[in-house]
Amino acid sequence: MSDTLDKLNAAMKAATPEPDQAAKAKNMRLAMENFDLLQGLAPDARPIAENRPVVGRLKAGVSTMIQSLTTRGGLAATTALVAFGLIVISPQGRSLFTPPDVVLPSPAEPQGTRLRDDTFDKVSEVDGNAATHVEIPAAEPVMNAPVILQELADTAVSSAPTPAIGQSLSKHRSNLAGGIAPMPARRLEYETSTPQSNTEAFSNEAPNHLNVTIDDPVSTFSIDVDTASYGVVRSSLSNGILPPTDAVRVEEMVNYFPYDYAAPDAGGAPFRPTVSVMQTPWNADTQLVHIALQGQMPAIDDRPPLNLVFLIDTSGSMQNADKLPLLKQSFRLMLGQLRPQDQVAIVTYAGSAGLALEPTSAGDRATIIAALEQLEAGGSTAGQQGLQQAYSVAEKMAEDGEVSRVILATDGDFNVGLSDPDALKTFIADKRDSGTYLSVLGFGRGNLDDATLQALAQNGNGQAAYIDTLTEAQKALVDQLSGALFPIANDVKIQVEFNPATIAEYRLIGYETRALAREDFNNDKVDAGEIGAGHAVTAIYEVTPTGSQAVLNNPLRYQTEAAVDDTSSELGFLRLRYKKPGEATSALIEMPILPEMSPVSIDVQFSAAIAGFGQLLRGSDYLGEWSWGDAIAMASTARGEDEFGYRAEAISLMRLAKSLSAD
Amino acid sequence: MRMKTSDEALAKAAASGDRDAFALLLERRYDGLFRLAFRLTGSRAEAEDLTQDICALLPSKLRAFRAEAKFSTWLYRVAVNAAHDRRRKAQTHARMAQGWGEWETAIKAEQSETSGQVVWLNEAMTSLPDDLRETVALVLDQEITHREAGEVLGVSEGTISWRISEAKKHLRYLAKQEAGQ
Repeated sequence: MSDTLDKLNAAMKAATPEPDQAAKAKNMRLAMENFDLLQGLAPDARPIAENRPVVGRLKAGVSTMIQSLTTRGGLAATTALVAFGLIVISPQGRSLFTPPDVVLPSPAEPQGTRLRDDTFDKVSEVDGNAATHVEIPAAEPVMNAPVILQELADTAVSSAPTPAIGQSLSKHRSNLAGGIAPMPARRLEYETSTPQSNTEAFSNEAPNHLNVTIDDPVSTFSIDVDTASYGVVRSSLSNGILPPTDAVRVEEMVNYFPYDYAAPDAGGAPFRPTVSVMQTPWNADTQLVHIALQGQMPAIDDRPPLNLVFLIDTSGSMQNADKLPLLKQSFRLMLGQLRPQDQVAIVTYAGSAGLALEPTSAGDRATIIAALEQLEAGGSTAGQQGLQQAYSVAEKMAEDGEVSRVILATDGDFNVGLSDPDALKTFIADKRDSGTYLSVLGFGRGNLDDATLQALAQNGNGQAAYIDTLTEAQKALVDQLSGALFPIANDVKIQVEFNPATIAEYRLIGYETRALAREDFNNDKVDAGEIGAGHAVTAIYEVTPTGSQAVLNNPLRYQTEAAVDDTSSELGFLRLRYKKPGEATSALIEMPILPEMSPVSIDVQFSAAIAGFGQLLRGSDYLGEWSWGDAIAMASTARGEDEFGYRAEAISLMRLAKSLSAD
Repeated sequence: MRMKTSDEALAKAAASGDRDAFALLLERRYDGLFRLAFRLTGSRAEAEDLTQDICALLPSKLRAFRAEAKFSTWLYRVAVNAAHDRRRKAQTHARMAQGWGEWETAIKAEQSETSGQVVWLNEAMTSLPDDLRETVALVLDQEITHREAGEVLGVSEGTISWRISEAKKHLRYLAKQEAGQ
């Protein structure tokens, strides 16, 4: 009987009000104005600063706002108008910044944006501010200014073929950024507040759904050793907001942490798989199949010399303290790990690409540091030119048997020069095949083009890491330097075939952006992730045993059960493919997954707690009543030695997330 | 003549700068959008704010419309995401839940013979977990199929059906509890 739903439907129909005609007219006008404004940004339109009608509308908006301050509706109605309108006029704002032709927001706007986020009870307090700011822009609100430019830039960038505007906007942003030095923490408030309030672009897919073993017994994916997502999550939480769900890639959070999995035997495969089966923390009726790969640690002492080309983004947006200055400090830390045989070169890209440091022995620290210190941010970003030059330098440096790698450091500004992302990816993939790898380091927030960075690193067989603090630089560039720079296995793919006799349903946690087609597993031409020296990689499946009450899908009525060997108690079969560096043919590792596998170590438990944490942040449907508190408790018991405090930090982040998500 | 143009064609024209197409499309869809906003939020004020958010960002979002999906599915997705953003914002600012949660107090002030039903509706919607409530809100007025609702929410059709049956279970349980009292 579905009459409960019918009853609900009827009640809902009765309760749903008709749209208010005044509000409708107002909202539609707002939509049309934004539509027009967007057209105004198109390259063939007149410059927006001359767009008189908008100015007129804006003034009307401001006065309406002031007149109707007492009603919430009035406030809400005008804020969006102001949001777009004030960008256009703002004579007061203009004088605060150097380029006179720049279109600048008045400080009133961010206040307006905030109005829409805030509760009724703050209205009166904000009223005063809004009014004040319209009249007298004080020095303080300048802090808010970049947000608006970003909003505009976002509009410009998302409207695709407007490179000229993207460029000029990013230049404006850089000037602004220069004026305010440290990135204001308040700015992050807006990141999720309006749906298009910044230029960050995150790469993610919808979370993996539940697979029915009988229908689809095989799961195939590429490993992922990136850690960038964890960095972004940390930076969001530390700034007091929950990260955008698309910024959360669960596998990158899990793989951020060093684990002490069983190391491979000398002379065998370059890495060793360990499979454990444990109780799912968030569901009493399912289990986790935990697959850990531990890469071998080659003798550091006789490592081959390195050729490193730092490709550094010196565009204006890199000026913030958490970008270029942090980058310089980070590279100084890293230099200490290099040896005289290693060679370092620096290529910059900003407007035009340039060789800032000829290939130099890492022993000559003074020369390298001098070149590094001379780097200054300014100009717009042309990613591709710089990349081409960096690769040609790297190729000249490489001798036989040497590892060469381009390390791209950027805040994600690729909005000039990247006319065709696919061509860029192809370019990087070609270079990868000729032996030069690419790693990507992301700096700063607000502008981070996570999607492009991830795509580049994936195609370049490199790691993408997000550096937000010097501590993170220490981890990525010093503690784990050899892992980041010495690949021990390329194109590592995992394929698991589940046994329908024992497993009814399964779900891979994370790795959404790394999914491969089943047939890609045996196709050596299909690219996949690499494992660096000493890297640990973790993949976790949640599986539902047959007959468990947690099974979510009913058996099909018209489908005869596939014949399965009932005598087998195997949960599934694990296949791994990898290539040794420089080889074109892959090797295969196979092993059955048994109900009783390796004992559940503390590392396995911690990684499961992080997987749960990541899913909470993504708002997963599968966690039931499992809460932040449970994640904290589980991670705390599994903290172990935690030599560098990474796990303690994760637990603090969980606490923050808990508080932030509490009503 | 334009009245017969499909939403998808209008959306594509609007995406490439056709002002009239955009206006017509909005006119066609506004009421449905508002009703969905109400079902998602449970209060007129919240629904109006949400609709306003959507209107403000629709022009820029529309540029990404590629006509791979039905326009209605695409639009509902934009709406659901905007609702998420509002909810997330609310969480960020650690404020009290609005909409369905806050209804009770507002409704008590109201009168009328329908109020019994209205209270029941509020109770029913409030008792549903977020994902179920969202699914129910999408499917309730029967404008979209389970498959489309799946596309809107980024889950499979099976998940939608499962959520609906869970929601029914929930409602039956609620009914039983009331009967038992």
